Amino acid sequence: MDVQRKLEILADAAKYDASCASSGTEKRDSSDRKGMGSTAPGMGICHSYAPDGRCISLLKVLLTNACNYDCLYCVNRASSNVPRARFTIEEVVKLTLDFYRRNYIEGLFLSSGIIRSPDYTMEQVVGVARKLREEHHFRGYIHLKTIPEADDALIAEAGKYADRLSINIEMPEEASLQQFAPEKDVRAIRRTMGRLRLKLDEAEENRVAKTKARPQRFAPAGQSTQMIVGADSASDHTILHTSSNLYGSYKLRRVYYSAFSPIPDASRALPLVQPPLLREHRLYQADWLMRFYGFDVGEIVDDSAMLPLDIDPKLAWALRHRDRFPLDVNRASREELLRVPGFGTKAVERIIATRRTTTIRLADLARLHVPRNKALPFIVLSDHRPSPHRLDAAGLIERFKPKATQLGFGF
Amino acid sequence: MQYITLDNETDFDGWREAARSLVLHHVQPTNVAWTVQGRDAELFAPQAPSPILAVNDGSFKVSGKFVDLAKAAILHRDPERFAILYRLLWRLKDNHDLIEVATDPDVALATAMARAVHRDEHKMHAFVRFREIGRERAAHYVAWFEPEHHIVELAAPFFAKRFADMPWSILTPELCAHWDGHSLSFTPGVNKSEAPGEDRLEETWRRYYASIFNPARLKVKAMQAEMPKKYWRNLPEASIIKPLIEDAERMTGAMIANAATDPHKPQRRPEAPMTRKTAANDLEALREEAAHCRACHLYKDATQTVFGEGPKSANIMLVGEQPGDKEDLAGHPFVGPAGQMLDRALEEAGVDRKKVYVTNAVKHFKFVPRGKIRLHQKPNTPEIKACRQWYEREVSAIQPDLIVAMGATAAQSVFGKITPIGKNRGRLIDLPDGRKALVTVHPSYLLRLPDPEAKALEYRRFVEDLKIVAGLQKKAARAA
Repeated sequence: MDVQRKLEILADAAKYDASCASSGTEKRDSSDRKGMGSTAPGMGICHSYAPDGRCISLLKVLLTNACNYDCLYCVNRASSNVPRARFTIEEVVKLTLDFYRRNYIEGLFLSSGIIRSPDYTMEQVVGVARKLREEHHFRGYIHLKTIPEADDALIAEAGKYADRLSINIEMPEEASLQQFAPEKDVRAIRRTMGRLRLKLDEAEENRVAKTKARPQRFAPAGQSTQMIVGADSASDHTILHTSSNLYGSYKLRRVYYSAFSPIPDASRALPLVQPPLLREHRLYQADWLMRFYGFDVGEIVDDSAMLPLDIDPKLAWALRHRDRFPLDVNRASREELLRVPGFGTKAVERIIATRRTTTIRLADLARLHVPRNKALPFIVLSDHRPSPHRLDAAGLIERFKPKATQLGFGF
Repeated sequence: MQYITLDNETDFDGWREAARSLVLHHVQPTNVAWTVQGRDAELFAPQAPSPILAVNDGSFKVSGKFVDLAKAAILHRDPERFAILYRLLWRLKDNHDLIEVATDPDVALATAMARAVHRDEHKMHAFVRFREIGRERAAHYVAWFEPEHHIVELAAPFFAKRFADMPWSILTPELCAHWDGHSLSFTPGVNKSEAPGEDRLEETWRRYYASIFNPARLKVKAMQAEMPKKYWRNLPEASIIKPLIEDAERMTGAMIANAATDPHKPQRRPEAPMTRKTAANDLEALREEAAHCRACHLYKDATQTVFGEGPKSANIMLVGEQPGDKEDLAGHPFVGPAGQMLDRALEEAGVDRKKVYVTNAVKHFKFVPRGKIRLHQKPNTPEIKACRQWYEREVSAIQPDLIVAMGATAAQSVFGKITPIGKNRGRLIDLPDGRKALVTVHPSYLLRLPDPEAKALEYRRFVEDLKIVAGLQKKAARAA
């Protein structure tokens, strides 16, 4: 089989992993002319976008899509009829360097089906990263999948070469993982996440304390995970509870949500419908509220346990707590401002800096990059005050609901 | 009226020089006309440079934030940018804080310009596509790109740092950047006809692009928001966007229609790697069994069961409350801050740590997540009761002579009822089964004491309690 055909099979097999970030790692470049590549701290670069709206930042492939496991939601499960392929380590290395040299990608995202044993699989995956770093002095971004229960020495080596490591939790609840992925053990996955966190903490302590001349590097861009949305019957509350637990327990940089989408050769046990993209989007918004806006799970999802689809979770929260509004933008605290619909974290920083020297008026909203229509019912400005009955009106929600439009591609 | 002619479109130093002089001479923004060499000159502009610029003494302070903003905004293609920035500078000299006022029209305008420039720079970093001229080691890499603003000089160092080991050129209509492996150089812009032809890897790249695309998740607007159509003409993958979109619905429909197939039966399934180990002895078997405990709900949010550890021959058993954050991650008891405190106290008291068995009354970590940390929660009576079976089975397996209950939760487990610490600490108490028990505080209590004096006092009391343990340990060693 030629490399192009393998690439088609093994990229197709990898596309159900939502992770694309190439951000948040250490600063590196190749000014010493010893190799090639660089990373910018903070922002990664998206080199292209597919028509599914997802960014293409890394060459995202599996080393092999052969797999011992039979996870029903997975296109590569043992019982699937998809064509199988396996890259040699050399082939992945060459593709990565060739693509990188032409500025198509930021680096490599490498995962693999489980073949032979976790240790054997991990060793193969680490082998690619080792060759890129040690032989080719590749300084670009590397994201490696960590195989649960792999040997500690292999995980340490993976962290030495990779910027980010990830292990997918896949299902929000233990029961559904048992049902869909009988060979997977959520305890093993979580234990491995725990081991990663201890290693990340240790590397961080060494960096801060500068105790060692050359502290052992360990995945400077941290760890992440993914949950599939819509394959099982877990509610949004369950999903967000799991996320919040994972963020707190393992200091994950990101939890990715992947709307379960039809796969070729699907199992009968699964819902075969269009992927719940809007639900996925609302979960991401809720996730941001937890991470950057000081919201707790219990505040985001009310008793119905599902996020509303027609309005975003922050607006839904504000409509449930109208007694806290309207807020005086010129006086309210940062925490309060962060809860105003339409106020993003940057807008709040701009507001706080601006109001030190001047009073914010209605005409200023556009320059602060705040969507007027969304925020006005909830705020007081020096020349604006929403009428009291407006904020209490049952019909307020209608103002925000999307207008019915005909479906089509904006082309 | 002052007529200022800058050397070129990105002449920040020239602008800065002129602007400083104009401000020092109190020239109102409305009395300055800015232009660039080679641009259509102002109708009444004099040919000679303005004499005002010759006099350039004195200086005034302006915030670094403005300098950064101006350096970026000056690269914008709007011909008014020099005047806008001068007007902003003029107003800033009397009002330093103005730069922080995002709602000011001039600040907003300059900020928007700087943002557009940085976005354009970022898109250039993303969308430049090199094409290989020649092969491998002797290859030169050439790209054609059409930036929106004057950003070639700004964006070029990124490519020099990233592709330091290869000679490259980025050709654009206004200015070309070149890297020979050692230094950057710039030459005048060229016509698109100079751009290189198709690269040998572009077909492979398009195959990758088509394969990584998920047709079931079509979101064309989201793609175009980040990859506007104006960039498509120079992207090798753009030629297949339209056919991919047209095929998407058909492919998704087919996947749903052909839903289930008969599963392919693998020949021989190897042992699933995540299975459990078989236990070596009764304590091991107990540990293995406890790893899957579901007696209360605490297992759900914890990483793992943290079972007791120590030699089976231990005649002293220390019981704590529950694993903490670090114990939960590592799977071992007393490895966090409280564990370090305990080790120190045991050593001072003369207890041989290697000969004691340490465990917890509750074997899963109970907590509430708060962002990136976990707040420890006290186990309640039902949870302590549910976990007591493991403690009892550990006692039967180890057969210790003395059990040390550290803290109220441990005491509740050891005595089977709520047992106050203050009244009972520091003396040996007989248990119904003939063993001895000792009650003391939990080392984490010492960690939480804010007052250093109280801390030192309580720590000494804790060590005193442990000396009773050391005495018993020595007596047992002599007897053996």
